[in-house]
Amino acid sequence: MAPLVGALARPNDLPFLEGVLRQADYWAVLWARTWRGVVASSFLSPFLYVLAMGVLLGGFVEADADQLEGASSYLAFVVPGLIAAHAMQTAVSETTYPVMGMIKWQRIYESMLATPLQPRHVVGAHLASVALHLAATCGLYTLVLAPFGVYESWWGPFLAFGSQVLTGMAFATVVYAFSTRLRSEEGFGVLFRLGVFPLFLFSGAFFPVGNLGGAAWLARLTPLWHGVNLSRMFALDNVTWWIAGVNVAVLVVVMLLGWRWSVSGLTKRMLA
Amino acid sequence: MTQSMTESMTEAMIVARGLRKSFRQSNGATFEAVKGIDVEVRRGEAFGFLGPNGAGKSSTMRMVAAVSPISGGELRILGMDPAVDGPAIRGRLGVCPQEDNLDQELNVFDNLYIYGRYFGLPKQVVRDRVGELLEFAKLTEKAKSRVDELSGGMKRRLTIARSLINRPDLLLLDEPTTGLDPQARHLLWDQLFRLKQAGVTLVITTHYMDEAEQLCDRLVVMDKGVIVAEGAPRELINEHSTREVAELRFGVGEHAALAEKLADLGERVEVLPDRLLVYAADGEEVVARTHERGLEPIASLVRRSTLEDVFLRLTGRTLVD
Ligand SMILES: Nc1ncnc2c1ncn2[C@@H]1O[C@H](COP(=O)(O)OP(=O)(O)OP(=O)(O)O)[C@@H](O)[C@H]1O
Ligand SMILES: [Mg+2]
Repeated sequence: MAPLVGALARPNDLPFLEGVLRQADYWAVLWARTWRGVVASSFLSPFLYVLAMGVLLGGFVEADADQLEGASSYLAFVVPGLIAAHAMQTAVSETTYPVMGMIKWQRIYESMLATPLQPRHVVGAHLASVALHLAATCGLYTLVLAPFGVYESWWGPFLAFGSQVLTGMAFATVVYAFSTRLRSEEGFGVLFRLGVFPLFLFSGAFFPVGNLGGAAWLARLTPLWHGVNLSRMFALDNVTWWIAGVNVAVLVVVMLLGWRWSVSGLTKRMLA
Repeated sequence: MTQSMTESMTEAMIVARGLRKSFRQSNGATFEAVKGIDVEVRRGEAFGFLGPNGAGKSSTMRMVAAVSPISGGELRILGMDPAVDGPAIRGRLGVCPQEDNLDQELNVFDNLYIYGRYFGLPKQVVRDRVGELLEFAKLTEKAKSRVDELSGGMKRRLTIARSLINRPDLLLLDEPTTGLDPQARHLLWDQLFRLKQAGVTLVITTHYMDEAEQLCDRLVVMDKGVIVAEGAPRELINEHSTREVAELRFGVGEHAALAEKLADLGERVEVLPDRLLVYAADGEEVVARTHERGLEPIASLVRRSTLEDVFLRLTGRTLVD
């Protein structure tokens, strides 16, 4: 991220990391209030998923490993995709209403920007908090689900975890940018219905996108598919490295573009 | 930059020359909120922007606070250019915005502490200052209360306390007492007086003429984005108004007609919807001679001229409608 930050920074700006760290106490106070909820739900939800997807739904899904992209069971197929999709949802929920709230309801950003802090620092600290949330959630999911035999290698969970956090951050930056440009909260409803929900269902988290037939290429254009695919290849130890490279590149590019749009969006919105 | 501007910059806290601010409105048109103003604020003074709603006071304050890029003209704050040195300028400013933006979910202590950290001050330094500022703002007992439990006056005092956490050279107060009851206002004025005595340069916007008279050494009267007068409150009153004003209230609808009959009693007569204002050196005499002419006002009052009268004189409108 450094070169991109550098490209936007000017000589008399506050250094990026310093500006972000000055907000550590603020985010620590917020975390002190919310971490229990994050941990509790990140423990409970995966059990519910295992029950619903692995036992109740998975019981009906009889398919060969070929048809499930190399997975030995439906549960093993669905878990890496599910965590990636869940990362997207976490990222979206952390960068929609909270961002609008800090812009126009509680007007926290206004108070921050009256100090030496600049939009880059404000966006950076907020997104760092989102990254922490993603790491906590995806990490706990992985911890809970690993004993169910859904990972094929010891290193799989680690790389899959990294892919899931990266997936979440790609969505976090883009949705943050969207939120800085939104005047009223109605836009979020549209985002959820026309963006998040279709992606959640059709980006290969729950069934192989090959099943979509002619529309499969469309699914493969979505950032979530890249995240799901990457996460699943690592979890199932079934990695085609050039595809993994493409998946990572797409997610990183989306994340960096989102970052730029976020900083420019917040600048235009708050420093008019 | 001209030679004189460079020179005045060295002593001046704020120098604005032909300063403009325009906004793009939702219909695509541009609206000019500040239309080329010249302002100079010197170290240690209390400087006011007096003007009615929409005069452009907040727009000016936001430019001075280095959070709103200027649309034209020149602006130097503490000798620096806000377009280049925003962080350095803001590091030495205290800002009390028109609408409180305290963190409602945090307690009073944390509001001050967290804000102090944004300035890069070490934790212990901030903690010490928070203690002092709570005393100063008379909020020590409320340190652990959530902000949404505070009264309007307490919130305002907390906002001012927060703006002092970095020991600013220049304190910007946008309508510090709007919406407060008289007692809370006086408490706040007292706080601001103490800051002034401590040598802090204050810039205050207000649409209360009594506030401007009480607090400001010097002020500009703003209307519709331009400055219509500038000077010390007393100077402005002496220059643009008479010593006294007789306020005469007659029956509804009679004022305009009576104004002509009384025109010769003072230097000037203003017709307001509910009363006549006759400007003269001796107000009691105006009242006496009104009665001599067989005119019986329902109520009459003699008072000294205020900045309100200056504003009325210069713009033909009242400050607070
Ligand atoms: N962001 C903005 N976009 C468009 N117009 C704006 C914006 N901010 C202010 N204005 C307009 O500029 C004018 C001046 O506004 P400003 O807030 O500076 O006035 P003010 O003197 O502070 O008034 P008040 O006493 O009501 O606070 C107003 O007509 C206002 O509608
Ligand atoms: Mg205002």
